[in-house]
Amino acid sequence: MATESTANDNILEVKDLRTSFFTNEQEVKAVDGVTFSLPRGKTVGIVGESGSGKSITSLSIMRLIDQPGEIIGGDILFNNENLLEKNNNQMRDIRGKDISMIFQEPMTSLNPTYTVGQQISEAYKIHEGLRKKEARHRSIEMLKLVGIPSPEKRIDQYPHELSGGMRQRVMIAIALACSPDLLIADEPTTALDVTIQAQILELIKELQEKLNMSVLLITHDLGVVAETCDYVAVMYCGKIVEYADVRTIFKDPKHPYTVGLLNSLPPHDRDIEEDLPVIKGNVPSPAELPKGCRFAPRCPFASEICNTLPDLKTDENENQIRCWIYSDEWDGDPEVNVHAERTTQSN
Amino acid sequence: MPKELLKVTNLKQHFPIKGGFLGRTINHVKAVDGVSFTIHEGETVSIVGESGCGKSTTGRAILRLDEPTGGEVKFDGKNLLSFSKREMRQNRKDMQVIFQDPYASLNPRQTVRQILNEAMEIQKVVPKKDRNDRILELMETVGLGAHQIDRFPHEFSGGQRQRVGIARALSVNPQLIICDEAVSALDVSIQAQVINLLKKLQRELNLTYLFISHDLGVVRHISDRVIVMYLGKIVEIADKKSLFTNPQHPYTKSLLSAIPNTDPDAKRERIILSGDVPSPIDPPTGCRFHTRCPFATEKCVTDVPELRNEDYMKEGHQTACHYIEEIESGLMQPTR
Repeated sequence: MATESTANDNILEVKDLRTSFFTNEQEVKAVDGVTFSLPRGKTVGIVGESGSGKSITSLSIMRLIDQPGEIIGGDILFNNENLLEKNNNQMRDIRGKDISMIFQEPMTSLNPTYTVGQQISEAYKIHEGLRKKEARHRSIEMLKLVGIPSPEKRIDQYPHELSGGMRQRVMIAIALACSPDLLIADEPTTALDVTIQAQILELIKELQEKLNMSVLLITHDLGVVAETCDYVAVMYCGKIVEYADVRTIFKDPKHPYTVGLLNSLPPHDRDIEEDLPVIKGNVPSPAELPKGCRFAPRCPFASEICNTLPDLKTDENENQIRCWIYSDEWDGDPEVNVHAERTTQSN
Repeated sequence: MPKELLKVTNLKQHFPIKGGFLGRTINHVKAVDGVSFTIHEGETVSIVGESGCGKSTTGRAILRLDEPTGGEVKFDGKNLLSFSKREMRQNRKDMQVIFQDPYASLNPRQTVRQILNEAMEIQKVVPKKDRNDRILELMETVGLGAHQIDRFPHEFSGGQRQRVGIARALSVNPQLIICDEAVSALDVSIQAQVINLLKKLQRELNLTYLFISHDLGVVRHISDRVIVMYLGKIVEIADKKSLFTNPQHPYTKSLLSAIPNTDPDAKRERIILSGDVPSPIDPPTGCRFHTRCPFATEKCVTDVPELRNEDYMKEGHQTACHYIEEIESGLMQPTR
C-alpha cells in the first residue's frame, strides 16, 4: 500500500513497529515488526486473539507504552510526521486533538469523581483554549451529537449514574470533541450487549462520515469487523499474517490462520450438525515463540520451510500475506488448498 | 419422549435493596419474575438475553446458590426447594455448574488433583482407592494430559482452565450441567474446541445442559431449544430452528438482527432498538418491552402478555406478545 504515489492518501503509516516488554532479563516481543497503512477516511480493523499484540499496536501509536514496555523500533507516520520523533509535550497536543482513543470499558477510563460535562469540557479547554461557559455549551452539543437524550441534564451527572451504553457514548463524545483526524477504537463494543453494540457501531459510522474521520478498530469480533471495516489486518503472535480488503478477508482468505479463525466461529444464520472445525493447540506464550512461522505448530499445512519465518508479501491486488504457501519456495503439497482442510477434533 | 429432568414453575428471585433509615428494605430488584420451563433428559436448553435479563440468576436460583423468593423447582421429580441445606448438598452431585471465568472459580492454591479429589470426597462418589484412576480418566475425557495433574490453575491457559472446570463438574457424575457463559471468555479458536468437547461429552454421557449465554452463534450451534429472556421474564421459547428462522417476538427479532454478520455482502435489515434496558427495580408495567418496542400500543402498557402458541407457529413455540398475528400478517407496522 505504501507506494510513493499513494503515500499522501494515507493518514497513518506504521512501518516495522517493534514494541517489547522486558521482564526478568527476558524480552517479550509483543509487537514484532508490524507494517500497515490506513487510507484517509477509511476504517482499518486489526483482529486477533488475546496476546496477538493488537492492543499494544494501538497503544504504541498513541505512545502510551509504559515501563517495562518500550517501543524499540520502527516508524509511525501520522500525516507524514513521525510520531516516534515527537517529545512528550508535542504528543500531549496530538492526543485528544488529532488522534483520539476509546477503550473497551468506559467505567475505567472515565473519572468517577468528575461529571460528564467536566470531562468533555477538559478537552475543549486544553486543546482549543475555550472558556468555561463556551466549553460547556460545546459539550452539550457534543452529547447531543452522540445521541444522549436530554444532554442539558446529563452533563451534570457522574459516570456511575449512566448505563453502559450511555457511558460508551460519553467516551465517544470526549474522543470526538476536538474532531480528531484519527479515532483509535480498542474493543469499543466488546463489553456491550448486542442491541447496544448495534447502536454504538451505527453511531461511529455516522460520525465518521460527518466528521470525515479515519478509524482504526481493534477487535476480536469478526462480525464487527465485517460490518464496519474497509481493510483488515489479521495479527497472530505480534505479527500481521494477512492484510486485505474486507471482502477478500471474509470471502477468499489466504492465510491458514485466517481460514481457521473464520471456520471456528459458530454461524448464527445457519445450522451445522457436525462438530465445529477447530484450530488445534493453543496460542504459544509470547515468551516462547516458535522460531519460524509463528503459526506453524498449529497449522494443518506446515511443511519443512515453515521453520523459517516467512516475509509479508504484497500481491497484485495490494493485499499482503505472510505464508510460504504463496511463495516460489513452498516445499509442501503444490496443490494445497487452504479452504479444504477442516479439523474437527475436540482435543 | 425422554423424561422431564428439570421442571421450573413460576420461579421468582427478588433481591432486597437495603437503605434508608436503619437499613430497612426499601425496594426489590425483580431479577427473575415468574419463569417456567422444562428440560428433558439429554437435551440442551439455552437461555439468552442481555445483561440484567435474569438468565444467570435463573441458573443460580435453580441450584439454590441464591435462595429463590418463590416458585417451584423439580429435579427428577424431587422438589428441590423443600430440601434442607444438607439434603440439597447431597443432591447437588446430580447438578453441576460451569462458570464463565474458570480462574475465579478454581482455588488457586489447589492442584488439579486436589480440586478433583475434593469434589469426589465431598460427594463420596468414588471410593478412595479408585480415585486416582478416576482422576486420570477425567483428565483424558476433557483432553488434558496426565502430566498436568499436579499443576496449579495459573499454569494453564484459559481454554485448559475451562477444561479443568469441566472435569470438576464431571467428577461427581452429574445428570444436569448448568453452563453459565462457559465459553464466553475464550478466544474463538479455543471456544470451538470447548464447544466440541461439551457436545462430545453430552453424546457419551447422556448429559443434560442448561446453557446460559449471550452469544447467539454459540447458542444456535449447541442448543435443542432456546429461551429468550427480557427483564426477568421469558418473552419467547422455541426449538432452535423455529426461533432462529421464524422469531415471533419483536425483541427476539431485533436481538437476532443485531448480531454482526461475518458476510460482508449480506443484506442487513437491522432493527435498531431505541434506548437501554430499563431498570429491573421498577420494570415497565404491562409488557416489559413496551418502552422499546416499535409496535407498542396502549394495551401493551397496561396488560401483561402471556406465553402462547398460535396455529401457524410450530408446536412448542411460545411467545409473550399481544400482537404476534398482527405483526406476522403485516397488519401492524412499526411506529418508531
